[in-house]
Amino acid sequence: MTVQTESYVMLSVVLFTLGAMGVLLRRNAILVFMSIELMLNAANLSLAAFAAHWGQQTGQLFVFFVITVAAAEVAVGLALIVAIFRTKRSINIDELHEMKG
Amino acid sequence: MEYYPQLVPLIILIPSIGAFINIFLGAKLEEKWVGTIATVASALAFGVAVLLFIYLENSDYMAAIVNPPLLNGWITIPSGNVYIPWQQRVDTLSVTMMLIITGIGTLIHVYSMSYMHGDKRYHRYFAYMNMFLAFMLVLVTANNYVMMFVGWEGVGLCSMLLIGFWFDKAHGVGWRNTLAARKAMILNRIGDFGIVMSMILIFWTFGTTDYYTPLEVVNEEAVAHRIEQREAAHSENAAAAEHGEEAAPDEGEHSTETSASTDGEHAAEGEAAASTGGEHGETAAAEGEGESGDEEHAAAAPVYLNNDHIATDDLGVFGQTERYMEEPTEITIGPFTLSFEAWLTTITLFMLLGVAGKSAQIPLFTWLPDAMAGPTPASALIHAATMVTAGVYIMVRSNVMFHYAPATSFIVTIIGASTAVVGGFIAMGQWDIKRVLAYSTVSQLGFMVAAVGIGAYGAAIFHLVTHAFFKALLFLGSGSVIHAVEHGHHHAQAHAHDHDEQGHEPDHDYEDEPQDDFDPQDMRNMGGLRRKMPVTFITYLIGTLALTGFFPLAGFWSKDEIIADSWAAGLVGNNLAGYISFGLLLVAAGFTAFYMWRQIELVFLGTSRTDAAKNAPESGPMILIPLAVLAFFSIFVGFINTPSNVLGLENVFGAHLFTDRLEFSVAYAHAGAFNLLIALLAFGITIGAFVAAHRIYSRRAIIEMRRDPLELLPSTAGFWSFANARMYWDYAYNRVFTQPFERIAVFLADVVDWRFLHDYFHDSVLYRGFNGIAEILSQPVDLGIIDGAVNGIGRLTRWFSGGLRQIQTGYVRTYALTLMVGVILVILVILLPLLQRG
Repeated sequence: MTVQTESYVMLSVVLFTLGAMGVLLRRNAILVFMSIELMLNAANLSLAAFAAHWGQQTGQLFVFFVITVAAAEVAVGLALIVAIFRTKRSINIDELHEMKG
Repeated sequence: MEYYPQLVPLIILIPSIGAFINIFLGAKLEEKWVGTIATVASALAFGVAVLLFIYLENSDYMAAIVNPPLLNGWITIPSGNVYIPWQQRVDTLSVTMMLIITGIGTLIHVYSMSYMHGDKRYHRYFAYMNMFLAFMLVLVTANNYVMMFVGWEGVGLCSMLLIGFWFDKAHGVGWRNTLAARKAMILNRIGDFGIVMSMILIFWTFGTTDYYTPLEVVNEEAVAHRIEQREAAHSENAAAAEHGEEAAPDEGEHSTETSASTDGEHAAEGEAAASTGGEHGETAAAEGEGESGDEEHAAAAPVYLNNDHIATDDLGVFGQTERYMEEPTEITIGPFTLSFEAWLTTITLFMLLGVAGKSAQIPLFTWLPDAMAGPTPASALIHAATMVTAGVYIMVRSNVMFHYAPATSFIVTIIGASTAVVGGFIAMGQWDIKRVLAYSTVSQLGFMVAAVGIGAYGAAIFHLVTHAFFKALLFLGSGSVIHAVEHGHHHAQAHAHDHDEQGHEPDHDYEDEPQDDFDPQDMRNMGGLRRKMPVTFITYLIGTLALTGFFPLAGFWSKDEIIADSWAAGLVGNNLAGYISFGLLLVAAGFTAFYMWRQIELVFLGTSRTDAAKNAPESGPMILIPLAVLAFFSIFVGFINTPSNVLGLENVFGAHLFTDRLEFSVAYAHAGAFNLLIALLAFGITIGAFVAAHRIYSRRAIIEMRRDPLELLPSTAGFWSFANARMYWDYAYNRVFTQPFERIAVFLADVVDWRFLHDYFHDSVLYRGFNGIAEILSQPVDLGIIDGAVNGIGRLTRWFSGGLRQIQTGYVRTYALTLMVGVILVILVILLPLLQRG
């Protein structure tokens, strides 16, 4: 039984939307971070689905790259969160509004 | 011999080099080197002049050397068709001037080495003197008026520099010297206006300013006679053995022929030449007709004995004058069309103005007596022997033009003769030894100018030559006297004040000069110097006798020739000017003898009137040797131009040798005839004036009162005071020109410049106007418009950015949301067309 490509794309859309909502609505930095990961993986899912749909490896290749970049991002992002936590004693991102004009 | 012409530029170059060395290195050199360099430069120039003279004397027909122009396009203005070369001309006239300038110049340099000893600007003095020589030689060797003018201005400059040489003398004397220098400069500028005008008119009339073009024959008759003479001498040599070279018979013949052929008739001259027979005579005649002479001179370049082969436009100024005078011509210059004669009169009148400036004639003569403020040797060279005669030189050089301008000649005669009388008259009332000589120079220049006016060009130059010697001698003698009296004064003072400082050597350190009223030039402070300074006395006496025309010294011959020529011009030429000149010059000659003997009496004879005179020492050999040389020439130089038929002198010295040579460069220089009665009359007047002066001034008692005997005599007091006040010339000029000028200057400076321009114009117009404009610019313009614009932009930006700032919440999610909305929008923009198409 083959799963329709549309289903993958729909799942991807749902996941991406959930991720985006998480980024926009959550106050906990860790959760925001995880939501970003969710968005990335939603994109990965659609890439892999399209690659399968067209029978080409390009999309899968991109998935690898995205996973690699996400891994690097996790390293940097978690380091940033730790640094923020050390200075602010909190990871509530609403408290980080020094850029307010 | 053929290299001699190439020496010509050297005569200017050598003194220039001397001047340059002294001006740039003189301050570092020792005094003796400075003096030696200058003197050697002068002597070398004299050597060149002698070589040129020898060359000229041995050349065919005394042909002039016109060296190829050194700078062909010296002045080139193609649009105006002006091509003036830097070209020198050596002919008998210019070589005469060169010998005088460099010869007397060298003697005066030697004299100056001693006279200027100790002066702090010693090198500058010698640099000026050498520069003067260079410029004077430019003046006399020029072959065109423009180059002549360079020298003319140059000598004027040197004259001014040397008059004002002691500009920093203490106690206001320096200021007076400066004023004298300025006066000389200004009066000469008035004259220079005339020279410039005449140069311009000459150029417009003739299209050239060259005197003669290189191949031109100046005086056809003179050349023809020269050939004739040579032929005669040659044949006599061949025929009779011994007295062949004796030129005397030829000379006699010559003088009569010259006077006969002055009409300028070619035919008569051709006949005369032909009648002698012989090869050269025929050549001359043949060439006079055409160019057939070429056959005989097939090998050599053709030698032309006249100018018939040259087109009028290619001739020099004087050649063209002769051509134009042959037929009436009208010439248009600008809006004026006048006959050629009228232009000639205008040109010569303007030239006369220049001559009046440079040669100190009425009405511009007043600078010359003041010029005595300069060092005495400089006065001797510049203001007696050479520079002041430049005017006479240029008139004689232009003799062809003056010959054809009788109206000008008349005025020239009147001016010259009156100047002679006025100068002589004023000289009788002066106490300053140099001032007497200065007025004497004015008077003698008047003689020369009068001679030019009556057409006796040869006599004018002859008097110029003799005068250069004896007037230089008199000036140098007076310098020796002044020097001695000054020394005597210092010596006497040293004795009076401090016996310990007997060895004190007074020198020219004029800044330390003690203030006293003693004037070493005042003849009242002299007297009895003949025993103190015998050599100076003897030479001064010789100079005096030469100047006053004592037989047979130099002045006798030259002055007598002028007076006799005046008489001849009146009687033979039926020229009123001749009689006027004759009468005035005789009076002037009487004055000359009177004031000169007065000077001798006051300075040398009698007893010493002051301690200074009692202690006056004789000058050193450096001063006495030039005096002796000049005295020698003052006695004998007159014999270069003895007239014929005087006591058989022509057998010893030859007759009219000088005039004969001069004729090769001065077309109308004819030898004057000797007139025994006139000579006796002039001589009698001289002796009479001597006797009168002796009788008046040997009376000690009156002299002791420091007033002139003539002043004390009621009948002559008026005249004497008039002479003593210099006939009120300077006074009148002061009242008429200087004071009004000063008043105008004060008015312009005080009222116009200070009160109007500064106080009113500056304050009211400029200052207030500027302030007003500045106010407008600063208040509404700067503050309102410019600042408003700038601040407005700032305020606008701030208001605008204030609005935008609200967006910057600082919450990451806001940014993320914005980003996402933006991405969605971009995607929509990209996708919408696709959707529509799909």
